[in-house]
Amino acid sequence: MGKIRETAKVISQEMLVKDIYSMWIETDIARESVPGQFISVYTKSEARLLPRPISICEIRDDAFRIVYRIAGAGTREFSAYKAGDSIDILGPLGNGFPVSEADNSSPVLIGGGIGIPPMLELAKQLKGDKTIVVGYRDADMFLDKELEKYGRLIIATDDGSVGTKGNVIDAMTEQDISGSVIYACGPGPMLRGVKAFSEKKGIEAYISMEERMACGVGACLGCVCRTVNTDDHSKVKNARICKDGPVFKASEIDL
Amino acid sequence: METADNKYDLSVNVAGVTFKNPVMEGSGTFGSGMEYSEFVDLNRLGAVVTKGVANVPWPGNPTPRVCEVYGGMLNAIGLQNPGIDTFIERDLEFLKDHDTKVIVNVCGKTVEDYIEVVERLSDEAVDMLEINVSCPNVKEGAIAFGQKADALYNITEQIKKKAKQPVIMKLSPNVTDITEMARAAEAAGADALSLINTITAMKIDINKRTFALANKTGGLSGPAIKPVAVRMVYQTAQAVKIPIIGMGGIANAEDALEFIMAGASAVAVGAMNFHDPYTTVKVIDGLKDYMEKNHVGEIRELIGCVK
Repeated sequence: MGKIRETAKVISQEMLVKDIYSMWIETDIARESVPGQFISVYTKSEARLLPRPISICEIRDDAFRIVYRIAGAGTREFSAYKAGDSIDILGPLGNGFPVSEADNSSPVLIGGGIGIPPMLELAKQLKGDKTIVVGYRDADMFLDKELEKYGRLIIATDDGSVGTKGNVIDAMTEQDISGSVIYACGPGPMLRGVKAFSEKKGIEAYISMEERMACGVGACLGCVCRTVNTDDHSKVKNARICKDGPVFKASEIDL
Repeated sequence: METADNKYDLSVNVAGVTFKNPVMEGSGTFGSGMEYSEFVDLNRLGAVVTKGVANVPWPGNPTPRVCEVYGGMLNAIGLQNPGIDTFIERDLEFLKDHDTKVIVNVCGKTVEDYIEVVERLSDEAVDMLEINVSCPNVKEGAIAFGQKADALYNITEQIKKKAKQPVIMKLSPNVTDITEMARAAEAAGADALSLINTITAMKIDINKRTFALANKTGGLSGPAIKPVAVRMVYQTAQAVKIPIIGMGGIANAEDALEFIMAGASAVAVGAMNFHDPYTTVKVIDGLKDYMEKNHVGEIRELIGCVK
């Protein structure tokens, strides 16, 4: 399985809620992709030199979907692309969720904010009795209607406008959620909560880490995370999120 | 392409080492080539310049370590590296199967650290050593040797006593007068110079009201620094006789030609590898196109042609 850098074609784009966009891209990379992997998206300006890492949300044979938040000028440029426009991408990057290794009889999928999108393809591919826990800032929710087709959906919002008031951990505690394995993607504080929750309940957890990236392919050592043990590649307690991750066993990461 | 290669001679010589073409990549932007070999045929490059390696593993700085700025990026990786043992076993082992020159970037906290790495590399398949005395992101060593002419002279002299391969001193732009540093390195016996390393810089995240990098400051690279780098290469070329490897924001063959005409015998592509992993080979192809269009038989004719 190799990585491909290509000028792909936008099939469609829509705004889901304010600042959250959904784009389908026709690309050969789709065939090689698994849930939890991401792509580098390049802006058309050399003045914005670094690629934007964006997770893959849904996968078909010849296309995939990304759902992303406008965080600055680069993602704002992407949000203006229309069907038929070209988009420069590189992927698939990272390892993805280890779906074949885990006990997927009753998986718990947890997504916080812009960490929710990779959970959609994962939910589609997993067979077991799924619980999907998602956290939003407020009632501006996205992908919730699609996710609820694949399992029991539990919602938390920061402002309490929908579901449990608080974060995903508050919702899981309130509903006394358990399962055979946890998959999570979201901001650092949420992952810290997921790690603690998984340790308390004795459930194996796989977490998808996020960090500022530069090369995206494992060469520059920009996006490392602290590991509990010495990493085999780096020989220090740092693993490369873009190459060795972004998904790690929660027990292996020093959060 | 072979015929064009034969008709247009891209080879250059730096301190007795012949490179098939003048294009390499800047230390730290390419690992040891392993990751980029999925995109780039390393055999096409004039040389592979490895990421800095020390005598023992270094953990580097806390994250965030990188951020983008207009026309460039900041990094404060802090020279994370696996140490010389792993580097020899894994990285040099990988590189030895490639038909390209190997330049190892060496870093350290003390002169003794540098010497240890240099000595360990004596009998390895390494064509040149690039001594990093200019990383702005580590507290000890590195730049402490690169900002004072007497310290630079001293470390260059001591490394030259032990080094079996030609020694390139990599200079910092974070000095008042780059030619003073260049002259000190030359006087101490350096075989070549490479410049410029990154420019110390800062970005503030106004939403979080804090520094964009955990290290507060980082090194600026990318197209934003190119005119500064071209100026420094030119000034240095006027000041010393030893060859120069020029770098700083090279994005295409036109940029590379500016450095060559300013006096660089070879050039390195750095941050632009992140924007397009094929930048190095595109620069090589672009140099060939320029030579064809302008009837330049040998790229060497262009080195320092602008006085």
